[in-house]
Amino acid sequence: MIETDIIIIGAGPCGLFTVFEAGLIKLRCHLIDSLAQPGGQLAEIYPKKPIYDVPGFPSILAGELVDNLIKQGEPFKPGFTLGERAEQIEKTEDNQFIVTTNRGTQHKAPVVAIAGGLGCFEPRKPELTNLEKYEDHGVDYIIKDPEKFRDKNVVIAGGGDSALDWSIFLADVAKSVTLVHRRSKFRGALDSVEKVEMLSQAGKIDLITNAEITELGGGSDLESVHIFKKLEETSVIKDVDYFIPLFGLSPKLGPLKEWGLNLNKESIPVNTVDYSTSVPGIYAIGDINDYEGKLRLILCGFHEATIMVQSAYRRIHPEKNLVLKYTTVSGVNAFN
Amino acid sequence: MDDIITIYVTDLHGDRHEIQAPTDMGLNVMEAIKANNLTVKATCGGMAMCATCNVIIKSDHELPEMSESEEDMLDEAFVLEVEGSRLSCQIPVSAEIDGLELSMAPLSNPED
Repeated sequence: MIETDIIIIGAGPCGLFTVFEAGLIKLRCHLIDSLAQPGGQLAEIYPKKPIYDVPGFPSILAGELVDNLIKQGEPFKPGFTLGERAEQIEKTEDNQFIVTTNRGTQHKAPVVAIAGGLGCFEPRKPELTNLEKYEDHGVDYIIKDPEKFRDKNVVIAGGGDSALDWSIFLADVAKSVTLVHRRSKFRGALDSVEKVEMLSQAGKIDLITNAEITELGGGSDLESVHIFKKLEETSVIKDVDYFIPLFGLSPKLGPLKEWGLNLNKESIPVNTVDYSTSVPGIYAIGDINDYEGKLRLILCGFHEATIMVQSAYRRIHPEKNLVLKYTTVSGVNAFN
Repeated sequence: MDDIITIYVTDLHGDRHEIQAPTDMGLNVMEAIKANNLTVKATCGGMAMCATCNVIIKSDHELPEMSESEEDMLDEAFVLEVEGSRLSCQIPVSAEIDGLELSMAPLSNPED
């Protein structure tokens, strides 16, 4: 069981900034996110897009903002449970919460902060019979540990940055990498496209465009995929150990609906005094919450995180008076 | 008024709504839908980087040609081949689209 002061559900910009603000008042945080990396949609959807309304930054790339937020929180040594979806929240007899993920990892804390944005990112799945049968038996949608693919035959499908980047990365790890894309052109960054083409010419990636996977074969584990080449109108069968469809991720509200909180459509109404929800001890900040005048902006989420941790502190340490400290006066006192 | 156009939106329950949108605010159709309190998921906020503002255009208005990124995104979400399929965030609100008739597509459902 992982124990901390604040369990943060969602490692997007709000969740990451909470680590810093909580750290200033000596509260420890642990973040849970369904994605394999922190940053939420900034890292997953638009890392290369400039953002112009983060105070003090006339322009900053979304990916850079995430890197900076991680760095800013580092002195306070946050824990991370990544690639796992927060599935269940239970209240304990000693007035704490236990948050369990879909992989069974358990976390315990007196405070839970839901910074879930638009929900958990779930992979967009191609329509293939048998697909679900082979999930975790040869079909993976997110890559947590690339070593898993060492000396294996891997087929990746997709045309965006993640399909390109993972093909490039796994070209040096896997026994073989085949990249299958439905169109002739790729959507990803130009340098990644060029790299894939280079690796294809060098025989390190088998690049098949204008094609799609139409069938999966095997016993209890995946053994082969059928690749339909649209122009030739022919199918080839390829022996594989892993098939990784990378058709993007889309957020879904997911298990949050079952947590006993009051909901307003897809968002959680909060008290703007401290961004508390209808369940004492559970807070909601960032894009997931709702109140009169709500703006779904990163900068507003930062404000909410800052206010919220003060209330969390009073809940955790009701006996102590909290005085606002300025970082210009006290600096940042890293945790051991 | 001259600078306000009408768009007809059929939501996912099949109900048809008449909405108004100003042409001088730099809006796109996704934003116009949102501004009229109709639901559209629109995860990425209008960058043609997801497909959750997908709509089906029903009228024969001449629309701006699809950019490569819009085409890629619709393809990745397996809805490029659907007749009339567009990303509503990529259609500017302009006088040319007055009277546009569209239906929300399943990908735009926030509960999905």
